[in-house]
Amino acid sequence: MKVDRRSFLSFVIGGAAGTALSPLPWKLMDDSSIWSQMWPWTPVPPDGEVVYEDSTCTLCPGGCGISVRKVDNRAVKIEGKQGHPINDGGICILGLSGLQMLYGPTRVKSPMKRIGERGDGQWQKISWDEAIAILTEKLIDIRDKGEAHTVAAIAGSDSGTVPALIQRFMTAYGSPNFMRTPSGRDADELAVNTLFGDQGRTGFDVENADYILSFGSGIVDGWGSPVRMFRASSLWKDKKTTVVQVEPRLSNSAAKATRWVPVNPGTEADLALGIAAVMVSRNMIDTGTVSGLSSWKSDLLAEYATEKVSQTTGVAAEVIAELAKDFAGANRPLALCGRGKAQTAGSLRDIAAVYALNALAGNINQKGGMWPIPEADYIQWPNVATDNLASAGLSQPRIDGAGAGKYAQARYLASRLADAVNGNGPYPLQVLLVASANPCHDLPDTQRVKEAFARIPFIVSFSSFHDETAAMADLLLPDHVYLERYEDVPVGAGLAQQMIGLSRPVVSPQFNTRHLGETLITAAKAMGEPMADAFPWDDYETCLEETLAEKWDTLMEDGVWVQADIDPVGDTLQLAGMDAEAVQAEGDVNSFPLLLLPYDTIRLTSGYIGEAPFMIKTVADTVIKGNDGFVEVNPQTARAAGLGQGDMATLTTPRGEARVKIHLFEGIQPGVLAMARGLGHTAYDAFLAGKGVNINTLIGPVEDPSSGHDAAWGIRATLSKA
Amino acid sequence: MKNEHNDTPPVMKFGMAIDLDKCTGCGACMVACMSENNIPFKEDESDKLVSITWMRIFKLSNGKSFPDTDICYLPRPCQHCEGHGGHSPCVSVCPATATDYSRETGIVSQIVTRCFGCRYCMGACPYHARYFNWWDPVWPDGMEKYLSPNVSPRMRGVVEKCSFCFHRYQLAKNKAYLDGERRVPEAAYQTACTQACPAGAIVFGDLNNPEHQVHQIVKPDPDNGNRSRNPRAFRLLERTGTNTKVYYLSNREWVRRAGDNYLAHEMTGQVSKPHH
Repeated sequence: MKVDRRSFLSFVIGGAAGTALSPLPWKLMDDSSIWSQMWPWTPVPPDGEVVYEDSTCTLCPGGCGISVRKVDNRAVKIEGKQGHPINDGGICILGLSGLQMLYGPTRVKSPMKRIGERGDGQWQKISWDEAIAILTEKLIDIRDKGEAHTVAAIAGSDSGTVPALIQRFMTAYGSPNFMRTPSGRDADELAVNTLFGDQGRTGFDVENADYILSFGSGIVDGWGSPVRMFRASSLWKDKKTTVVQVEPRLSNSAAKATRWVPVNPGTEADLALGIAAVMVSRNMIDTGTVSGLSSWKSDLLAEYATEKVSQTTGVAAEVIAELAKDFAGANRPLALCGRGKAQTAGSLRDIAAVYALNALAGNINQKGGMWPIPEADYIQWPNVATDNLASAGLSQPRIDGAGAGKYAQARYLASRLADAVNGNGPYPLQVLLVASANPCHDLPDTQRVKEAFARIPFIVSFSSFHDETAAMADLLLPDHVYLERYEDVPVGAGLAQQMIGLSRPVVSPQFNTRHLGETLITAAKAMGEPMADAFPWDDYETCLEETLAEKWDTLMEDGVWVQADIDPVGDTLQLAGMDAEAVQAEGDVNSFPLLLLPYDTIRLTSGYIGEAPFMIKTVADTVIKGNDGFVEVNPQTARAAGLGQGDMATLTTPRGEARVKIHLFEGIQPGVLAMARGLGHTAYDAFLAGKGVNINTLIGPVEDPSSGHDAAWGIRATLSKA
Repeated sequence: MKNEHNDTPPVMKFGMAIDLDKCTGCGACMVACMSENNIPFKEDESDKLVSITWMRIFKLSNGKSFPDTDICYLPRPCQHCEGHGGHSPCVSVCPATATDYSRETGIVSQIVTRCFGCRYCMGACPYHARYFNWWDPVWPDGMEKYLSPNVSPRMRGVVEKCSFCFHRYQLAKNKAYLDGERRVPEAAYQTACTQACPAGAIVFGDLNNPEHQVHQIVKPDPDNGNRSRNPRAFRLLERTGTNTKVYYLSNREWVRRAGDNYLAHEMTGQVSKPHH
């Protein structure tokens, strides 16, 4: 057959028309889109039996009950536990993200020892036996040389059996150096001790108060037990309770309040005392629960005359008078303090001023009032029998100086650790143990902290995650995460009750990790007499069950043990602690004309646990964009510096410098800058590392004259075009 | 297509009332949704145009200078528009029938395996409630363990959006059937965001059922385009006639005004009449 031009064209055109009319091209298009979507790497989650298991969340001190949905023995969702006395079904963003931590890539999957240079991230997996042997040999060696005091431990908490085991370990070993990471608890405990005369903490009956005066407390930004406070905030809306938020910046809490009273940064205590002075001078006070008023009265009225306070705080005189009248006139007024989430210790003056205000309003140990509550005392172990080596070590001064000299009032001063290790301490440290804490990110002046950590010859991290501190460690002894372990969770966090929650394993351990309590008991036993004697329990679970004694059954059944009837620390508030100087921001006003304040948000953890990918996903593009962090500036201030929305700028403080983006925000006082706390991680994974700026690299500790606690609330700063 | 719509009212009409005066902007609803619905995440989620969040919280401001500034957070799930007779903006443009308006529940569905990614619906949606999967989802090694079998992980090339946790409705419906109940009890079907909200700002239920709390709050007026009879309530872009089922509540006039594009002289709370 001859193929001429005509038949060729007929064939091609006919073929094309025929194909186009057939379903073939459409079918191919459809199939290709289906094929290119149905890749085997799109996971198909296996189905299975659904069960719910209850536990207690320990990601923050809030103590919420959780209910974990499991499918086929995989935990698939964390929900709030219905009927729980704290959260009754509600849950926060961090609690919801827990499974990303449990199954996440940043877990430390096995005990490991460092093989490369410090910070290089080169590790060798070892067995638990070998890990315990490395730890105990090191510790025995130091102890036998009579240098037990050169070992220190830093932990996120000092209550509950696990922190108690760490403290016991240190005592039996012979070191006075157990430290708790700084938080508002420090100043609160100091205030209770100073004002009520004994150890304890405060509880606030927020649900029953009918007028709230908050001095910067982040009521809906993570203060106290966060979910409880969210619920209280809505309850107040329903009851039309007046909420006044005193704060330099329009935080979420200020926006939610009935009234926002902007105040000059760092002058909250002045305002509280100014209000107290008005109440005293107009005799709008209840003197029943206050002692020392007659001698304090003249000082108060002279120092805190309304006009003078108005000058200091920037709050109009008539507003001060109005607040005093409303606060004193309310049936059940309640004043709260601790800036933001109360992440830093704070000064005694700041806290005492507000507690005094509560006492003057007559709300101590009243419904809707403030309660000084004794520490939970369910851990009743026999005293440790110390040998000579231990006694010698324990008689040494603490590395952070707490409890002696000018720091006599402080129990722990972890914010002084860097300084002490960097040459200003009584002796060099040889070993540092770190548990549920991330000092290399969370302590102020991060550079100095890292410098100090580089000087400590041997660091042991018990962290479940590859955090910044674990990166500086020599030995990793990873703890289970909370969903894999038993633990008692005594809840403080401003609750007006004694409450203990029980954390229990929801899933079996995912990796070769070990309960910290178990690690300590094993290590102590391996170290022989007299350490072993102090740890008579076979394992941690035995220890826990024996310690909780009659509470154990309740806890196993209900997950929580509550004691509503409180025997308060005291009934009378002794006025004290308010004559100290106000803590000023570090830096020279002329070189650093602006003020930088950290702010807290519930979407960022600010604690030792790094934010999960879900949480970072919720963060606005005016807080982080790409890897850049933002600083909030009033448009007026930005304009003066020639800066506009989204511009790059250099933010400089006496402690450091950072490149930041500008976010214009009308809700912040001109001359003041604000930056979110909790960002700028260098460890963890690509979902978190490198995003934003760690504000602790820009802020250093400022010592409270009363105690030595870190009372920095901000730092002077300057902003220039980058 | 229009003739296929029949005018009998839906049996149920699930909807929400979100109290913006209670909402704290904490983000728990966003993460509860991500965790419930197997929503993926990338290393950088700061480009919000391509960040998949079925529930997203917007931050509103009254635009005033310090110290008269006020802010308000507004959680935005899919608004589940009913339009006039189920004629919601996205449903009417979908060439694949991948999204549909359910007359049984009032829920706008999204069947991802039918979607071929033309994204007409995204253009049609006035609320930016729809998201396109530009990439295949990737969970870091081990994290796929927490994925729920109730919601299929989506693949590259499809659009996804809030389903009012429809899988929870299916489970509740099955349970109600087994329990011999005619209707799904109010408490048996709640969305993940409603359940998680620590402020109790979200109320979810059947807008048609006078016994449900959401009905009692909203008091929808069927003679006025389902506009709420509650003076605190408003809907987003209400005057476009999208007839959404997510109602917002606020005592603040500036917040209610932020729900639509009002001219200076216009009052809040007017709705358009059906125009066909």
